[in-house]
Amino acid sequence: MKNRRAWHQGIASRLVQAAFLLGGLILWFLATTRWGVNQLLLPKPGIVLQNLADILASGEFVGDLLVTLTELAAAFVIATIAGTILGYAISRSRYAISVFEPLLSGIYAIPLILFLPLYVLFFGLGPASKIALGATISFFPIVLNTIAGFGQVERSLVKASHAMGASDYQLFRYVLLPAARPVILTGLRMGFTVALLAIIGSEAIASLAGLGHRIVHLSEGMETARMFAYIAFVVAIAVILNAVVSGLEARGRRP
Amino acid sequence: MARPGRIRRIIAAPGFARVGVIVAMFAVWEIAARWFVDPLFLSPPSRVIASLGTVLRTPGVPAALQVTLLELSAAFALSVVIGLVVGLAVGLQSFSRRTFMPIVLLLYGIPQITILPLFILYFGIGPASKIAFGVSHGIFPIIVTVVAGVQNLKPILLLSARSMGAGRWQQLRWVIFPHMIPTLFTGMRLGMTGVLLGVLLAELYVSTAGIGYFTTLFTQNFDPTKLLGLIGMLATMAIVLNQVVRRTEEKFSKWQTP
Repeated sequence: MKNRRAWHQGIASRLVQAAFLLGGLILWFLATTRWGVNQLLLPKPGIVLQNLADILASGEFVGDLLVTLTELAAAFVIATIAGTILGYAISRSRYAISVFEPLLSGIYAIPLILFLPLYVLFFGLGPASKIALGATISFFPIVLNTIAGFGQVERSLVKASHAMGASDYQLFRYVLLPAARPVILTGLRMGFTVALLAIIGSEAIASLAGLGHRIVHLSEGMETARMFAYIAFVVAIAVILNAVVSGLEARGRRP
Repeated sequence: MARPGRIRRIIAAPGFARVGVIVAMFAVWEIAARWFVDPLFLSPPSRVIASLGTVLRTPGVPAALQVTLLELSAAFALSVVIGLVVGLAVGLQSFSRRTFMPIVLLLYGIPQITILPLFILYFGIGPASKIAFGVSHGIFPIIVTVVAGVQNLKPILLLSARSMGAGRWQQLRWVIFPHMIPTLFTGMRLGMTGVLLGVLLAELYVSTAGIGYFTTLFTQNFDPTKLLGLIGMLATMAIVLNQVVRRTEEKFSKWQTP
């Protein structure tokens, strides 16, 4: 009886969600066709769809997508290597944790996007400044989670494996790493998400190429319909990437 | 014999070592900037600090700092109010929670930076677009934590309040609110981080009077001394705002654990 009621409620929620989506679409449609909202502010849904189809069919997105993905990959790899190695080194002593952890989490609370102008000054308008900023921003969640992951391993486990004659490598491979892995993976996922944000953001603010740059370029050209299509495309890419990374995290967490 | 022991303890204290690390970083920066890096790109911290006065006296900078602070406060206040109202509306009933929470989480997951040009298009290049963009970053963590806070409320408390004849407003005021305060402040802290990110992103993207105008100006003039000074001031502003919210959070979350 109870199950059935829950099932009914589930259906009702889905219906309300669908009604919301449909209502939004209808409002959008009416606003552009009947109420005469300026096409520069809100293009017609049909035209946006056409543009999206055109972008996908012509493949003009490939260049910008490759630029953004390359920057993302480079930034994430740098942040992962630096963050995990430094985090591991710090986590080896309680003293080092108590010295560095508050320092790092203090810097993490500052919106590091502020340093973008400085990075542009150092590294130029090209991909280098985006990679550097993305790496900096994603370094912090990774290093903090690595410290937390290795720092929380129970001392008795370490002691026990030492007593049973484990070498340093064996200790790391069979005790520390399995215990710390879930927390580190969460850090890597968070690092990936913020790296993506930082890179698209810095492309939008100051760059020569990339998806963020393309959206801004279209917005400055007042090609609103095409900009809407690109926004939908980039959002889809971001959602897919984040879903893939979350999936990998969930898989990696399983022992 | 006692004195060296105490000194050693002070030196061994993590706080002391932390200050040491900061000093060492500044020393490296000073040395690098003085002798190894082109002064067009990096200037030593001593000169940056000495130039803070000049930055503040640059015509327009104090006004720009004020504008940015105003944008941050307005965006934060709006985020808290809207986030609280939406969070309560979504969280108080299990049906609306199950229906609207997925929508909220879906919107939260979208990288909002992609729609920044839309905010400029709709709200102009003045402070309104920065405030709106800050709000769009700030409300989601607040909504999510408010919903979580309402969800954690023990049903028996509401039931007993209702059976003693409490009206809807009284339940909200005396049962739901006090129980939400710790989570609400956690949400406000996360919201502040979001607001800072949103407002500063929008400022850097396009700005006529705010801070973004001057960071662009100093970058294009290859004036790292002033740029670093300005960024330092903004970072300090962010740290202070974060600390204020964090302190308030600590103060208000105490009552539950006497």
